[in-house]
Order: sequence, then C-alpha cells, then structure tokens
Amino acid sequence: MVAVPALVDLDVESPTLPRLLAGLTDNLAEHRRQYPAPPLSARPRGDITTAVERSGLRGRGGAGFPTSRKLQAVAERAKGKPVVVVNGSEGEPASSKDAVLLTKHPHLVLDGALLAAAAVGARDVVVAIDCNATRALRSVSVAIAERTRTEPSSRIVRVAAIPHRFVAGEETALVNWLNGGEAKPTLTPPRPFEAGVDGRPTLVDNVETLAHLAQIVRWGPEWFREQGTDAEPGTMLVTITGAVEQVGVHEVPIGARLSTVIRNAGGSLSRARAVLVGGYFGAWLSTDQARRTRLCDEDLRPFGAGVGCGVIVVLPKDACGLKETARILGWYANESAGQCGSCVHGLAAIAGGAADLFHGDDAVDRLIRWAGQVEGRGACQLPNGAARLLRSGLVVFADEIERHRSGQSCTELDA
Amino acid sequence: MNLAAESTKALWYLTRGSGIVSLLLLTVSTVLGITTALRWASRRWPRFIVEGLHKNVALLSIVFLAVHIVTAVADGYVTIRWVDAVVPFAGQYRPFWLGLGALAFDLFLAVAITSLIRVRLGYRTWRAVHWLAYACWPIAVVHGLGTGSDAGQGWMQLIDLVAVAAVAAAVFARFVVSTTTDRANTLVGSHS
Amino acid sequence: MSHRVRVDPIACDGRGVCAELLPERISLDDWGYPIVDDSPVDDRLLPHAKRAVEQCPVIALRLERIRFRGDGDHRAAAAGDRQAAP
Repeated sequence: MVAVPALVDLDVESPTLPRLLAGLTDNLAEHRRQYPAPPLSARPRGDITTAVERSGLRGRGGAGFPTSRKLQAVAERAKGKPVVVVNGSEGEPASSKDAVLLTKHPHLVLDGALLAAAAVGARDVVVAIDCNATRALRSVSVAIAERTRTEPSSRIVRVAAIPHRFVAGEETALVNWLNGGEAKPTLTPPRPFEAGVDGRPTLVDNVETLAHLAQIVRWGPEWFREQGTDAEPGTMLVTITGAVEQVGVHEVPIGARLSTVIRNAGGSLSRARAVLVGGYFGAWLSTDQARRTRLCDEDLRPFGAGVGCGVIVVLPKDACGLKETARILGWYANESAGQCGSCVHGLAAIAGGAADLFHGDDAVDRLIRWAGQVEGRGACQLPNGAARLLRSGLVVFADEIERHRSGQSCTELDA
Repeated sequence: MNLAAESTKALWYLTRGSGIVSLLLLTVSTVLGITTALRWASRRWPRFIVEGLHKNVALLSIVFLAVHIVTAVADGYVTIRWVDAVVPFAGQYRPFWLGLGALAFDLFLAVAITSLIRVRLGYRTWRAVHWLAYACWPIAVVHGLGTGSDAGQGWMQLIDLVAVAAVAAAVFARFVVSTTTDRANTLVGSHS
Repeated sequence: MSHRVRVDPIACDGRGVCAELLPERISLDDWGYPIVDDSPVDDRLLPHAKRAVEQCPVIALRLERIRFRGDGDHRAAAAGDRQAAP
C-alpha cells in the first residue's frame, strides 16, 4: 500500500485530460467547488515539496528545471524571509499559454503560488505580468481582491507590471526590476534563490508550473504521473500557430507524438515546410524529424531542440524558411539588453548575416563562426537561443540556402 | 659665502625644478589616461603598455611632487609648514596660490591611493574618485602659474601652453568625438 | 591550489588589455571582447593572471580560487528558471 501524502483529496474525481484547461473560471466560489481552499500554514511545509518531488514536475517556463529542487533550495533559506515570484512575463512572442491561464484560471495559479509560498516559508508573493497584457493584469488583480475579501490570509499577494521585453522574464532580470533596477539580467552568483527580491531568498516559478503544483497537491503526485513520460511526467500547455486550423493554446500529455498534436490542432505535417518547436527560443525541425518525434526533451534534444515553453509553429509549405529565420534573428538582435559586448555585436552580426543568406550571399561560414562566438558568453541565455535557432535553420533549410544562392526564389520551386 | 643662503637657493631651485617636472609628468599621465578611454591602440603600443605607462608616469610624478613639497617646506626663506601641504589656504605665504597646490596634492593622493587598491575597492567607487583627476591637473597648472617663480618666463609659458594643448586635445577626442564602441545600444536600438 | 580566470560580461567593455597580458587563456572575438578559457591557471601563469586582473580598465576580470575538483564546473546548473528562456 503506497502512502499517499495527507494533502491529497481523492473523494472528487480527478481530471484526466484536459487538466489545466478544465473547469476554467475566474470566479472564486466556482473555483472552490472544484478546488477547496488548499492547506496553507505559516511554517515551511516539507510535505508539499515532497509531493512535488514525487510528481517529477519540471518548470514550464522553458528551462525545465525540477521544481522540487527549487523549492528545496529556497526552503533551506526560510530564515531569510523568502519571496515567491510568479513569472507571468511570457516574453516568447509566439506563446500565450500563461496569458490564458492568468485570464481564465487565475485562482488555480494563485492557489499554486500560495502553496509554493507555504512550502518555502514565504509570506510575500508577487505576480509579475507583462505590462502590455492588460487582460491578464486585470484578471489577476480582480482575483486577488476577491480573495482578500473572502479568504483573508497572512500572506500578501501583489501584482507587478513588468516591461515588455524578452529578457525581462529572465529570473535575475525580473528580480532586478522588482528591486528598482532595470529589467536586465544581472551577473550571477548570487542567484535569486540565494538573494533576490530585497536581498531575500526568492523562488521564481512560471505561471503554468504553479498551476500544475496546485493540481499535484489536490490530486497527488501519482495522479500527475498518469500522463506524460517517466522522465517528464504530466501534461503541458502548448501554443500552436501557423498552418493549423485551431490556432491557440492546447493541453497535451508530454511525450505525445508531435504529428498527433499538430493533427489534433487541425494541421498536417504533409502540408508543412518545417516546424518550430520551443518557439523563438527553440529550434527548427524538418517535417521528417517532426514525424519521428514525440513532444518531450528526450526526443528533441538530439535535434538540438527542447519543449521549451511549449510553442509549436507549423511553417506552411509556401513560406520561406530562410525569411522566417532571418526575421527571428533580427528580433533577437533587437532584444539584446545591450549589456554584453559579444551579444550586442554578435546578434547584430548574425541578424545581418541571416539577411544576407536570404539574399543569396554565401554567409554560412561566418554565421557558424559567430554562433560559436556568442554562445555562453553573455550574462543570460539570449545569445544561446539565437545560436540554437540559427544552427537548426542552417540544417533544416540547407536546400533553401542553396536555391537562394543560385538565384531561385522559394515560390518558384513549389510549382 | 653664506652657506645658509646658498642652501636655501639650492632648495628653491629644487622646488621649482621638481614642481615643473612633476607637472609635466602629470600632464603625460593625464593624456595617457584619457587615451585609454579612447581605446586607441596600435601595433607598437599595445594597450597594456599605455595603461602601464599611465600608472607608472603618475607614480613618478608623485615622487617629484614629494621632492617639490619637502624642499618647499624645508626651505626657510618663506614659511611653509608641513600642514600647508595638505590643508589648503591656511598658510602664511601666498595662501591662495599655495593652497591650490595643496588641493591638487590632496586630489592626487585620493586618485593614487584608490587606484592602488582599486580591485578591492570595486569599479564604481574607484571610477567616481578617479574623475577627480580632471580637477587635479588644471588646479596644479593654475597653482604653477600663481606661485611659480618661473611663470613669467617665456620657456615656462611655452611648456604650459604645450601641456594645456595636449590635455585639451585629448579631452576633445574623448568627449566631443564619440567613440565607435560607446554603447552599441544605439546600434540595436534597445528599448528601456 | 589553482585558480581560474573569469570575466564579468556586463562590466566588460572590450578594452582588450587582458588578452594582451594573458594570451594563454584569453583571446578576442570578432568584436574585441574576451573569450576566456576557464581551465585552471598554474603557479607559473598566476602572476600574469593577477596582472591582467589588476590592469583591466574596468575591473571586469576576476580570479577565482578552485577549492576542490570540479568547483565551479556546474555554475550554470543552479536553481534557474529560464522563463521566456533567456
């Protein structure tokens, strides 16, 4: 008989699929009918962390870091008056899953944030949301006000609107902003779990991660593991755009076949030129590769990709992969925080090189050289993303590069 | 021959000479310091040489400055106390012009000492104090013009002119002509 | 005990003095910024490394002590959320 953590409520039928996208409501009373008020207390709760550890939950912000390890790292420093930051910045342009959760299921996210706060012994929670995401900002503010009225708690939950830029969502940038500085990454160490907001140990977790956390506490780690793979359990939210009929946010079990996911969204790999997995921060996959792949890091790593924040862009057959790649790399150059010379200059050079490639110049050698030069040399991961995107583009669109070089345009060949 | 008068005269020459040399070395060091901010480099002059010279010429300037101060105080012809070397404007002899010298010395000390411990001090603090160098040099020049016994001489005026021109040119290059690598923020149009 | 050299990429201004003084560990990229090889610096090289640290115009170069085998190797794998993934 497996011991079940005392938190779990098995009297109510647990959801199969969808999980996060089921029972969507922004009304607290309605939410509470499905999710009774979670067990919170003032002192650090080891049982919550244990449940999360057994569930195998990994961060859904893009890094996929084991959530329980983060909880432990901050809980160890509970004497330092930890802070929980809910990362709703969602800087990845092609992603809208966090906005959906914050707008349509804010109370699940807040439950998760408060449970995380209980796990690490934090009394302060900050929900950081992109300043342009007005609906999410409003929805969360209303939800917090509702809770303050009907469920007073010793914990303080605030909303912070953060600048609209990609690097603002990086955890040290987020912390720096909250501390009154710029929304730009800072040098580590120390990392936020050691010294973050106000110099206090800070837990930074993605919106979706915390929503899963709330469900794990509600229905147990074993339930959570019923979906997904052994190494990467659970479900994940994906934002699917491009050549699909149901553009938007879907929930899928991790490890589902990519072709199935795309088909369920009304798209087809046979009508695709390529697939971008993981968003701008991810990598291109050819349709062949996509056909053989499941949506999990285990399958995607060999292609230099990862699930990331769950963005899937299906590039239509008549689109030009080089053009898209050049466009994304131009975006990268623009998003540089401007702090590190190799990033500022390198990403600008790479963007220029990609544009040259599109115009038929032989820029491959210098692009590869520059990719190697920008990687790992910035204060944050931004240049790594550009290098990854570039390399995958050079592989997946190799024949397009040839065609552009010989003067043919993309539309010609698809006749 | 009056030995006391001879020795006083010798001290006076030493004060003047060491003062002029100290100022010249300070001028060279200042120009070199400004040059490093320009990121100027050539094959024959690697950057670490310019940096090293900047530092060592400044230290040499302090050595001559020490001689300048010691001889000025030791010279009994006019009353200059040890304290007048560091506390400006409190002396008996030409308090204003000498006071400028003391002020320049104070600033020079601040810049030099912070530079010797700069790694421990941290960049921001060290840099903030180092800006005082831009005040130290002109004050030293004016001190020379005011108290310097040779100030009126043609050759001294020429030296002063060359020194001022050199620093002015360096300052112009540094602040008016923007450096190409000065924050490629403008290059990528970063929003803030 | 050996050391390794590290650069603070935010403080670094691409002045290039470090590459001149410690070419065994530092080379410059296409834009004049240091590519630092963080393999250990032995006693023979240490004085040069110290000089490079001291001479950096913006104090961006640091010397770290390696306290035990593998110390600092997993710098990146701390509890990090790469939200929006940078």
